[in-house]
Amino acid sequence: MAVSPLPATPVPTPQRTPLVELRNIKVSFGGVRAVDGVTIDVHPGEVVGVVGGNGAGKTTLMRTLSGARPPDSGQILVNGQPVTIGNPREAKALGIETIYQTLALADNLDAPANVFLGRELSGAGSLNDAAMESATRKVIGRLNPNFKNFKSPVLRLSGGQRQAVAIARAIHFNARALIMDEPTAALGPAETAQVHALIRQLKSEGIGIFLVSHDIHDVFDLSERISVMYHGRLVGTVNKNDVTTDEVLGMIILGKPPTKLTRQELAELHG
Amino acid sequence: MGVSVPGEVTAEGQPAGPIRSFVNAAVAALSPISNGLRYLEIDTRLLGMVAALIVIWIGFDIISGGTFLSARNLWNLSVQSASIAIMATGMVLIIVSRNIDLSVGSMLGFLGYTMAMIQAVWIPNTLGLGFEQPYTWVLTLVLGVLLGALIGGLQGFIVAYGGVPSFIVTLGGLLVWRGLIFRYAQGQTIAPLDTTFQMLGGGIVGTRIGALGELLSWGLGAVLCAGIVYAQITSRRRKRRYGFPVRPMWAEILVGAVSCGIVLGVVWVANSYPLPPNVADQVAQQKGIPVPPGGIPTGVAFPVVIMLIVTLVVTFLGTRRKFGRYVYAIGGNPEAAALAGINVRRTIMMTFALMGGLAAISAAVQTARLNAAVTNLGVQNELDVISAAVIGGTSFAGGIGTVPGAILGAVVMQSLRSGMVLLLVDSPTQDIVVGIVLVVAVGLDTVVRRR
Repeated sequence: MAVSPLPATPVPTPQRTPLVELRNIKVSFGGVRAVDGVTIDVHPGEVVGVVGGNGAGKTTLMRTLSGARPPDSGQILVNGQPVTIGNPREAKALGIETIYQTLALADNLDAPANVFLGRELSGAGSLNDAAMESATRKVIGRLNPNFKNFKSPVLRLSGGQRQAVAIARAIHFNARALIMDEPTAALGPAETAQVHALIRQLKSEGIGIFLVSHDIHDVFDLSERISVMYHGRLVGTVNKNDVTTDEVLGMIILGKPPTKLTRQELAELHG
Repeated sequence: MGVSVPGEVTAEGQPAGPIRSFVNAAVAALSPISNGLRYLEIDTRLLGMVAALIVIWIGFDIISGGTFLSARNLWNLSVQSASIAIMATGMVLIIVSRNIDLSVGSMLGFLGYTMAMIQAVWIPNTLGLGFEQPYTWVLTLVLGVLLGALIGGLQGFIVAYGGVPSFIVTLGGLLVWRGLIFRYAQGQTIAPLDTTFQMLGGGIVGTRIGALGELLSWGLGAVLCAGIVYAQITSRRRKRRYGFPVRPMWAEILVGAVSCGIVLGVVWVANSYPLPPNVADQVAQQKGIPVPPGGIPTGVAFPVVIMLIVTLVVTFLGTRRKFGRYVYAIGGNPEAAALAGINVRRTIMMTFALMGGLAAISAAVQTARLNAAVTNLGVQNELDVISAAVIGGTSFAGGIGTVPGAILGAVVMQSLRSGMVLLLVDSPTQDIVVGIVLVVAVGLDTVVRRR
């Protein structure tokens, strides 16, 4: 693989105001710095890949944005305005939706109940299940036309169908920014292709997406920029077109920006 | 592709072989029926419980030589089941959200005692307003329910916001509330109670009867039937509006007819139980009419009416309101509920407050029935209430359970006890039987559910 000369990697300086910006975020668990001063952002209609090894702090960083674990320090800006996100409800109110790696579904409830969980439709003093089912049929129909099981507890659904429910919940409420944590980890090839198509479509609708993934090829396929984390720190954010997969792999494994990676180190990656 | 869940479960380890294969065979044999039931959209588990209840009833009736299914025994059974059933509705929501309330028996005792004090001491003596005021019963009941919600809510607060396991908090409550009864009553029995209040227990005071009487009972039946039909029509309309399939008309009519038939059957049984002859004589004399040949019908007892109202309200809260949806979501996956923006702590606290309020209603029924508050009121009720919920299909794993199931569970338990009393089985043997039934019922249910 031709890797000389190594390209300089200017962290792209955005011309417009980012849709969402995380600035100098720090999160500690006990004495452990899980996230240590990380700054990343995403623009409307852009996919930013967030990659790193196990325990690099990707998920913890994203949880500060989704409201699941507010940061110990640092700033979150939406359209340039500082905001505080103390809980998931506040994140959703700002148009920030999350698809968790665990999917975060209530297994005993059916698909409509899960899609509308926490945002139920009511009428005349009681839940309007028919309206919720109707809306759920529409949004899931977009993702997976074969999905028919709207009355069973989601426990009975296949992995792909459960994923569809989790995605439907995130996109039904006019999200501006999406966090997708390993959205294809549990999926087969056909379903993975469906999710990729969906990500491109959402991007074209102007939604900004943070895509957390282990799969470097997925990330290269879908993202404009890639932010690499290593042991809680940001190694760097690179433009996809400026780097090779090997260089990103080097960033992930060795925790060094491409400018500091030697040719020997890159060669050793292939052991 | 997705991992199918049954596959996972079989890998987990086989439950007892013979039971499993027996259940499998039984379920397979019944599968044509359960396919037909799908059209009717009826919960097959609930139907299984009804079948079990019918077997118990007929069995006891045969052994007792026709006494068990007499109007008199069934009427008494309904009253005896009521106070446990009322609390079991709340216990369902508590267990569904992965908690437990061991304190309901002691809360019931404490609240019953307090309500007795309110009507027999504080209103008449302390405030000097006198006995038998028209407002005494309702004031007592309202204060009791508020106090119940308060102390239940306090326990819920400690569970939800303090992070102390509900088992521990309510175990403490079991001791504290019972202890408080002895502290402030010094072991005395408080009696007699307000005569209007006594009606809540379904008893008889002079010519006043703690039951609806013939006409009002039929009226109640008619109202319930109208409600059933109305609910069916509304549900059909809603489904139609969104273009969802509805039940075939024959199935709809069958469901409606059977539901109304059960309601009217209950009313008929209650009306077949005549008042005791001496009471009937007095009532007839008061009205200036002769006693009819069949006696004067008693009608549906007030505790049963209260139980019906509680069942409707808690079922509505549990299935048609956000509160109930959140309770089930928390039981299914607490983390997912929190990530969905649900206020998990507040919801948990509310379930305990509701439980406290229901304990107060049961306390009113039990003290009114006894016409007294005694220090051991409600002892071991927590076990009956939890058993009723669990026999009714509520799962300790959380997220699963229904209010009607718990009511049926309470009736099954009370039927066993009442049947054994009729057959002169001693109390220790009763406990042994009920204990075994509890374990077997849950065991069978677990095996069926794993399939």
